[in-house]
Amino acid sequence: MVSGASTNIFVGKLKDILEYSIEEPLNYLVNWGRLYALWPVHLETACCSVEWGAVSGPRYDIERWGMLAAFGSLRQCDVLVILGTVNRKMAPRVRMIYDQMPEPKYVIAMGACAVSGGLYFDSYSVLQGVDKIIPVDIYLSGCPPRPEQLIEALIMLQNKIRISKIS
Amino acid sequence: MVETSNTESTLIEREQKLAADLKSRFGDVLEITIKSKRIKIKVKSERLLDIANYINNELGFDHSTSVSGVDYPNSKEFEVVYHLSTYGREDFRDIVIAFSTRISRDEPKTLSLINIWPSVEYSERETFEMFGIIFEGHPKLEKLLLPEDWNDIPPLRKDFKPPGR
Amino acid sequence: MSKLSLSVGPQHPGSGHMRIILTLSGDYIIEAIPDPGYVHRGEEKLAEYRNYIQNIPHLERPVVLDATGAIFPYVLAVEDLMNIIVPERAQFIRVIMAELNRIISHLYYMAIYGIFMGHSTMFMWPVGDREVFIDLANTIAGQRVTYAFLVPGGVRNDMPEKVKEQADKACNYFEKRLIEYEHIFMNNPLFEKRTKGVGILPKQDAIRLGVVGPTLRASGVKSDVRKDDTYSIYNQLDFEIPVSNACDSWSRAWIHMEEMRQSMSIIKQCLKRIPTGPVKLNLKQIKVPPGESYSRVEAARGSLSYYLISDGGKVPYRVRIMTPSFRNLITIPYIMKGVMLADMPPTYWGIDYWPVEADR
Repeated sequence: MVSGASTNIFVGKLKDILEYSIEEPLNYLVNWGRLYALWPVHLETACCSVEWGAVSGPRYDIERWGMLAAFGSLRQCDVLVILGTVNRKMAPRVRMIYDQMPEPKYVIAMGACAVSGGLYFDSYSVLQGVDKIIPVDIYLSGCPPRPEQLIEALIMLQNKIRISKIS
Repeated sequence: MVETSNTESTLIEREQKLAADLKSRFGDVLEITIKSKRIKIKVKSERLLDIANYINNELGFDHSTSVSGVDYPNSKEFEVVYHLSTYGREDFRDIVIAFSTRISRDEPKTLSLINIWPSVEYSERETFEMFGIIFEGHPKLEKLLLPEDWNDIPPLRKDFKPPGR
Repeated sequence: MSKLSLSVGPQHPGSGHMRIILTLSGDYIIEAIPDPGYVHRGEEKLAEYRNYIQNIPHLERPVVLDATGAIFPYVLAVEDLMNIIVPERAQFIRVIMAELNRIISHLYYMAIYGIFMGHSTMFMWPVGDREVFIDLANTIAGQRVTYAFLVPGGVRNDMPEKVKEQADKACNYFEKRLIEYEHIFMNNPLFEKRTKGVGILPKQDAIRLGVVGPTLRASGVKSDVRKDDTYSIYNQLDFEIPVSNACDSWSRAWIHMEEMRQSMSIIKQCLKRIPTGPVKLNLKQIKVPPGESYSRVEAARGSLSYYLISDGGKVPYRVRIMTPSFRNLITIPYIMKGVMLADMPPTYWGIDYWPVEADR
């Protein structure tokens, strides 16, 4: 019989069924579209940029995972890859670049200098880690990291996006 | 490779001739030391421009490779060293002259040599911002490499300690 | 026509961080002022706080593509002050690494030149061919990019036996590729139209401004530190210096291509004549007596020099580094006058400016 209590249970179960059948696949679909088409802005600072050039080349082809280095404007890119040392003169400009990118955006800090200052721990002009000015998703250490490590960082970022909730 | 005194004296013959030429013209204002292919000339600051003009026009050393500042806090002096080389005179292409002058550490001022050797433009600017030495006559003495809001003492002086040391 | 001031700002898609402030009248540039310093890390100050061996991985980092050329004058200066003589086999290995780094650096230059023109094939081919030479450097020195291989007294380790065969294969493969590069890039009518006659630096300006490297040789001055102020074993080798009188961006690219050919010939000669023997002196410690030393080599981009002052202690008293990019910075106001805005990127890259090297 239909009564007050059983209507509540029915509406609660209907909400669960709808969530399971529509929202989860929608989540999966949107995330799948995002993670296989991550376009980078590369902040080609210092020594690590040489390994970035190698990873876009024919041997360690990163375009297989969708990271196409489309040299267009910042306004159409999703990932900011910080390749190396950020110093005090460049720090306000890095913040400006991060603010110009549209949501959702992700940051990969590549190299020991971007993670924590690296080899220049006692320099008067180097920022000790880029997470002092922007939030970082993936930390990749090495001096410089090999191209295979950069591909692993991209795959970790993709796994992180795959399980995140769209809101 | 063992060098006897005979081969050593022929190896530095050109350098000795250059040194003798300069000493005969300018006398006691200079102090010259010679090694193979390297001559160091220490000058008192009054005759700086005359000697620089002579080295450029008569001896043919037509460009400067670098300008360095060195800090000697014990004798309260800065030393400004110009390294000079030549493209025009092919027989002197392997010789480098280090042309230096000492100035006081409390009031560091010297004349700029940009009108004689235009290649010193950015090196003099860098020495200004790293040591605080003023080059009189330089058209644009501003910061080149340090951040715009630097408000500490010039960093390459010996009394500036890096953070964390 | 009114004037417009444009800031070609610190973040570029292809090059490192530096800013050029342009003043435009219509489409033509009338003034260009460079603004470096966005990658300044304070190398000269840090070198005074590390001892002579700890400085070696540090001082390689600015000139990262040509790591051997960056550390070669430093070890020559230290050996000059200590008055020691390096064994023959070590000198040959040093020259092989230096020429290999020259090829690696020039290939990166050609790749970025291609992408600045929009020629993406010319980006992919040199980056792929560079891996062949990086593998060879990996076999000799143990690392892909930054080696820390040269030490005062010789080199760290001996080369394995298979280097000769691997080097022969690499040079034979690459000599055929250089001919293909000429077909698709150097003789490409679009490339010629955009770079021939653009970015002129006359010969008397090049001498007066003290310019170095391929930029100097493209303006008609036949000067190279390996022949003028010879060091190591270069006086026993047989090679030529390419020179051009055209003074424009096209001839700067052409000189880079010819220098790669000469480098391969030098590597082959060294591998034929290399003697057997020890590769480093067994020094118990590095004790440098007081004194001053100035030494210079021909790195990939030009003449790189060190002025080293020691006061007898454990750390150097003053290390002054003068890199070729900092010396060529002075040409930017001269070569950009009268150039169209669309031709500014290739003109800027033609002088082979590497911002990290200029800022140290």
